[in-house]
Amino acid sequence: MNKYLDLFLTFARIGGLTFGGGYAMLPMLQKEVVEKRGWATEEELMDYYALGQCTPGIIAVNTATFVGQNTAGNVGGIIATLGVVFPSLIIISIIAMFLQNFADLAVVQNAFAGIRVCVCVLVFNAVMKLWKKAVVDKKTLVIFLIVLIGNFVFDVAPTIFVIFAALGGIFLKNKEAKA
Amino acid sequence: MSIYIQLFLEFFKAGLFAVGGGMATIPFLYDISDKTGWYTHAQLTDMIAISESTPGPIGINMATYVGFTSAGIPGSVIATLGLITPSIIVILIIAGFYNAFKNNKYVQAAFYGLRPASSALIASAGLSVAVLVVLNQAKYAVTGSIMDLINIPNIILMLALYYFTAKCKKTKGLHAAAFIAASAVIGIVLKLGGV
Repeated sequence: MNKYLDLFLTFARIGGLTFGGGYAMLPMLQKEVVEKRGWATEEELMDYYALGQCTPGIIAVNTATFVGQNTAGNVGGIIATLGVVFPSLIIISIIAMFLQNFADLAVVQNAFAGIRVCVCVLVFNAVMKLWKKAVVDKKTLVIFLIVLIGNFVFDVAPTIFVIFAALGGIFLKNKEAKA
Repeated sequence: MSIYIQLFLEFFKAGLFAVGGGMATIPFLYDISDKTGWYTHAQLTDMIAISESTPGPIGINMATYVGFTSAGIPGSVIATLGLITPSIIVILIIAGFYNAFKNNKYVQAAFYGLRPASSALIASAGLSVAVLVVLNQAKYAVTGSIMDLINIPNIILMLALYYFTAKCKKTKGLHAAAFIAASAVIGIVLKLGGV
């Protein structure tokens, strides 16, 4: 089979069969990319994955671009990425169209009132998990509080915090190294 | 400016500045809602729930859904392309020297600052959802009674869900979709939407 087509279909299958994105995708990647196709070694995959987390954007997308690039050059990177997002486009568009027509029904409104409570708890749990890795000392706690208050109370755009937090990290670590 | 160009640019920005995966795009989605009015905070919360319960990366699902709500099927394609374009560019550039990048001390130092900032932005988005859930602003505006402002059934459900998703050993490993489905049923049975 054509390598590009193979890349597209493999990553479409990975995208369509994993729930929860990023972390849930790793076992599927190991099976499809390492064991079945030999497009990357176990170590390479772990490296891509680690790097996918420290580059901007969605981890699943970053990993797909990496594997595709490694297998079939820049075009391969683009095709693997389009593959991984393809099922989402189809599934979500169908659900969105369906729900648009039923949004006014009482049963749908009541269901989503319950679901909103759940989302609130799920987001809180996600923050608690990240907090353990992110807030490691007093300085990172101060960064956390400044950004939380700045964004929630004063509505400052997230982009500004991301730029200043990156620069702040470099400045603080630099000072630490000198001291 | 055409809505399509604006969608692409807003999602390009989210893809470039959201660090730490799908959940990190949520604060940018709130920002887009505030700036453009294409969808409300309540709608966004529904979209997050659906994106968590359907297959595929959460960040991509949310981009597709927000794009669809803002500008139909072309919108869903354009928002998704906008979100992934920065990733593709950045990864293709660093693919050649990824070991040097990963071990670079400036990159690591930047992440020391980025991680707490990213967590705080997601926490802030979570607080926006919490305000919708805990306070019944619509009812309060009509009656003016403090008792009507605080949504007690929602708070009880919230505490119960926290126990089952984070504390109870038997249930906390279950997939998010199971809790979302259970919450939908509870919402229907208790008429939490008030209709």
